[in-house]
Amino acid sequence: MPGRVRIALQAAAVLVVALLLALLGWKVFNPEEAPDAGRPAPLFTLPHLTSDEQVSLASFRGKAVVLNFWASWCGPCKDEAPLLESAWNRYKDQGVVVLGVDAQDFDVDAQRFVDRAGITYPVVRDKHGSTLGHYGVTGFPETWFIDAQGRIVGEHVAGPLTEEDLERNIKIALGQPA
Amino acid sequence: MTRKLLAVLVIALAVVAPAAASEQSPTLPELERELICPTCHETLAASTSPIADRMRVFIRARIAAGDTKSEIKDKLVDQFGESVLAAPPKSGFNLLAWLLPLVGIVLAAGVVGFLAYRWSRSRKAEEPGPSANGRFSLDPELERRLDEELARYDA
Repeated sequence: MPGRVRIALQAAAVLVVALLLALLGWKVFNPEEAPDAGRPAPLFTLPHLTSDEQVSLASFRGKAVVLNFWASWCGPCKDEAPLLESAWNRYKDQGVVVLGVDAQDFDVDAQRFVDRAGITYPVVRDKHGSTLGHYGVTGFPETWFIDAQGRIVGEHVAGPLTEEDLERNIKIALGQPA
Repeated sequence: MTRKLLAVLVIALAVVAPAAASEQSPTLPELERELICPTCHETLAASTSPIADRMRVFIRARIAAGDTKSEIKDKLVDQFGESVLAAPPKSGFNLLAWLLPLVGIVLAAGVVGFLAYRWSRSRKAEEPGPSANGRFSLDPELERRLDEELARYDA
């Protein structure tokens, strides 16, 4: 084999190995896990469940956000929906937004869920589940609290919320004593 | 020649006809093997998750409505994204996933063929060729020793 061809093949092999190692390193140092409290909440823009309107998390800057991930087939999501709706009605005039993110679901099922639960807070549809990795969502429901500066605050509640969870964390997100 | 052509046609029909029938009249089990549950990342056939059950209900309804396999898959991709497909579609960037293994096999076959060719040529170059009288010539030292042995034998 001519020397030049051999060197080119060796260089290609080294390059492939280097690329694979870089990919491995990137995955090791950038795991998809829940963001820590105090870190900026991962931003996203997703379509509203019932319209073509695009809803951006950044557009809620200046307000406290209760970010709730759910799906219509999830039993505990049905139980906590009335709590979230109640909190939305209680706090929306105090600078709090409840934002639902529906994922891994059928449009029609999600719409039926919203209608049956009487949900009036904004709900976006994450068809491809792109936000799930950024927030390290491993199941439904999961809830994060975001302050007016767009930082993750309070507790990350993995599982159904209680009324106490909501009250305590909304106050933290509003910067009030819990 | 005609027989060969006929055989090729029969084989082609045997391959294409079931594929076309499957596209036009898909069954739930075959779609279950070709689709992935979005929550557990297993095929629908292996998954017992609530969304997998819901997807099975959807597929049954679409089969009953007369949808083709592609139409059913397209509707599920619209709801869950391409990750719902067990195999990537043969178009766009995803085509690479189908082509790269073939390219790899062809390249590997080329390299193996080239090395085998080189090896067989180098073996031929090492083998002693026949001498002018058509016989294979021996190493002179070996020939001398052989003559000595034969002389001793004759004596």
